[in-house]
Amino acid sequence: MVNFRRARAYVALLPMAITACVIYFGTTLWSLRVSFSSSRTFPTDNFVGLAQYARLFTDDRWLVSLANLAIYGTLVIVVCLVLGFLLAALIDAQARNEGALRSVFLYPYALSFVATGIIWQWLLNPTNGIQEAARRLGFADFQFDWIVDPDKVIYTVAIAAIWQSCGLVMVILLAGLRGIDPDIWKAARLDGIPAWRVYVSIVRPMLAHSFATATILLLTAVVKLYDIVVAMTQGGPGTASEVPAKYIMDHLFGRANIALASAGSIVLLITVGILLAPILYLRRYSARLAAR
Amino acid sequence: MWAARITSFVLALLAGAFAQAAPPRAEVMHWWTAGGESAAVRALADAYRAAGGVWVDTAVAGSEQARAVAISRVVGGQPPTAALFNTSKQFLDLIDQGLLGTVDAVAVRDGWDRFLPEPILSTIRVRGHYYAAPVSIHMPTWIWYSKAAFSKAGVTKEPATIEELFAALDRLKAAGLIPLAHGGQPWQENVLFRAMLANVGGRDLYLRVIRDRDPRAIQSDGFRKVLLTFKRLKSYVDVGAPGRNWNDATALLITGKAGVQIMGDWVKAEFAVAKQLPERDYGCIVGLSPQSPYIVQGDAFVFPKSENRDVVAAQQLLAHVVTSPRAQVAFSKQKGSIPIGTGFDPATLDPCTRKGLAVMTDPSRVVGNDENYLIPDQNGALSDILTEYWNRNVPVETVQKDIGAALSR
Repeated sequence: MVNFRRARAYVALLPMAITACVIYFGTTLWSLRVSFSSSRTFPTDNFVGLAQYARLFTDDRWLVSLANLAIYGTLVIVVCLVLGFLLAALIDAQARNEGALRSVFLYPYALSFVATGIIWQWLLNPTNGIQEAARRLGFADFQFDWIVDPDKVIYTVAIAAIWQSCGLVMVILLAGLRGIDPDIWKAARLDGIPAWRVYVSIVRPMLAHSFATATILLLTAVVKLYDIVVAMTQGGPGTASEVPAKYIMDHLFGRANIALASAGSIVLLITVGILLAPILYLRRYSARLAAR
Repeated sequence: MWAARITSFVLALLAGAFAQAAPPRAEVMHWWTAGGESAAVRALADAYRAAGGVWVDTAVAGSEQARAVAISRVVGGQPPTAALFNTSKQFLDLIDQGLLGTVDAVAVRDGWDRFLPEPILSTIRVRGHYYAAPVSIHMPTWIWYSKAAFSKAGVTKEPATIEELFAALDRLKAAGLIPLAHGGQPWQENVLFRAMLANVGGRDLYLRVIRDRDPRAIQSDGFRKVLLTFKRLKSYVDVGAPGRNWNDATALLITGKAGVQIMGDWVKAEFAVAKQLPERDYGCIVGLSPQSPYIVQGDAFVFPKSENRDVVAAQQLLAHVVTSPRAQVAFSKQKGSIPIGTGFDPATLDPCTRKGLAVMTDPSRVVGNDENYLIPDQNGALSDILTEYWNRNVPVETVQKDIGAALSR
C-alpha cells in the first residue's frame, strides 16, 4: 500500500521531471553547444572554441552590463530587505489602518516592470519631472538629473525597482511577524528589553526563512532584469545602464548573433551559480546544525 | 446506396473546390503600426484587394521584434506569405539556408533593374536571383528645421554648408531655443553620425568606411574630423534628450521649441498629423553640398519558400502589386518615403519628396545605408561605440581604434 502510494507520487511528478530535464537542462546544453560555434542567425556546427567568450570579455558593453547588475542587485536586495522589514514592523506594531497601508505599499508590485519603468522615466526626466516641478515651486537650484547622467543612471533603475518590490518583501515579512508567539513579546517586556532590540536580536533571527524566501524572489528578479531598463532608459545614456539580459536579447534577435548571445547566457548562468552556491550551502549547514 | 451517396457527396465537394479556385491569399507580416504607417499599409492592402487578392494583416510592433517573429515562423515551418525586412543583409542568412523563394519572373517582367537604385538592387538580387520586393525608399539623414524657430533666432538663410549649419545652431542657442532636437537613443545617434559622415566626409570616405571597412580610411584624419564634428553636435542638444523618441524630438520642432532635427523622411508624417506643410512651416535640407551623397534605406517584402502553388501565386501577385506605380504613390504619400519605380507624376508629390527624387536620379550620389553593407552584428558593435562616444568623454583616437576593431570582425 505504501509502495503503491509512492509510485503514484512518482507518476504525478513525472511530467514536471521531464519538463525540467528536457526544457531546462536540454536547452541549457544546447546553448552551451551554440556558444562554442560561429552561429549567426541559425545554429551551425562550425566550432570556434572559446572565441565568443573571448569577445564577450573584451566587449566594454558586456563588462559594463555585469558591473551594473552587481550594483543594482546589491542595492535592490539590501534596500528592499531593510525597507520591507521596517514597513512590516511598523504595520505590525501599529495595527490601525493596517489594511489601507498594506494595500498602498503592495500596490506597486501589481504593476508590470514596463509600467514602473515608464512612470519613473517621466518622474526623473529633468525637463518635465521632479526636478522641473521643484524648480517651479521656487527651488531654482534644485537638481536631480541622475537619469541623464551616465555615472548615476543605474541608481535610478534601482530606485524604480525598489519602489516596486519592497511592498512584496513587506508582505512576506509581515506574515512571518504574525507567526511569532505573542508570549515572546510579553517575556521581553517583563525583562525590560527595548522594542528595537527585540526586533533586531530576537524577531529577525526567527524570521530567517521569510528573509530567505524574499531574498530568493528578489534575486531571480535581479538576474532577469530587462524590461524595466528597456522601458526606462533603453540602456542609455550611451551604454551606461546596459544589463546582461538586454545584451543577450539584442544579440539573439536584432544583431543575429546567437553564438555570442548563448555565450552571454552561459556566463550569466555560471555567475548565478557562484552566487547561489554559498547561500544553499549555508542553508544546508544551518539545517544540519538545527538537526543536531 | 450509402457508398453511392458518399461518393457523390465527395465528388460534389471536389467539383466545388475546382470550380471556384480560391483567390490568392497573402498573410503579410510587418511592423508598421504608427498612425501614418498603418495608413500606408492600408494603401498597399487596398491595392492588393483591387488586384483580386485577399490581404491578411499580421502586424508586430517594433521592427526587430517583427523580424524575430518572422524568422522563428519560417524556421518553425509556419511561414507567413510575405514578411517585411529592411533592404539589407538582415535576410542574407535566410537566403543561404534556402528558406526564401524568388520572384524572378515578376522582377524580369516589370523590369526592376531598370528603375531601382543600385544599393537597393544589390541587396534584393543575390547571385542573380531576386529574393525581395522593395516597397519604400527612405533617406535617413535629412536636415529638418522649423521656420518659426529660425525666424525667432534671426536665421534668414537656409544653411547650405556645414559651417552655416553650425552658425545657425549658434544663433538658435543664443535665442534660448533648443538648437538641435535629438532623441538620445543609440540608433538616433547613429543617424547623426551618418549625416556627418556623408556631409563632412563625403561619398568616397562614406563608402570606404561603411562599405569597404578600409582600416586606412578609419584611421585617417578625414574620418577623425567626421567624428569630432559628430561630437560637436552634442553641445547643441538639451539635457532632456536621453531616451527621447524621435517623434517627441519632431514635436519640439512642430511647437517651435527647437530649431533643427536630423532624421529620416518619416518625420514628414508627424508634421502632416500636426497640419504643418513643407516649405511653409518647416524646411528640408537633403545635403550640405551639391555633391553630398544621398543615402537610401529601404523596406522590402521577402517571400518564405513554399511548395504550394497557391502560396507562390499569392507571393508573385504581391510582389507585382506593391511595386506598381499606383500603389507606390498612394503608399508613399502616407509613409513619407520616395516611391520606387517610374511612371508616376512627380507633381503629385510634396516639395521635399521632389527634392529627394531629383537628387536620387543622379546615380553617382546614391549610396546605401549602413545596413546594406554591414551585417547586423558589425552594425550593432559600431552603434555601441558611437553612442558611448556621444555620451561620455572618450578620446577620438580610441574611437577610431575601436571602430577599426569592430568592423574587422
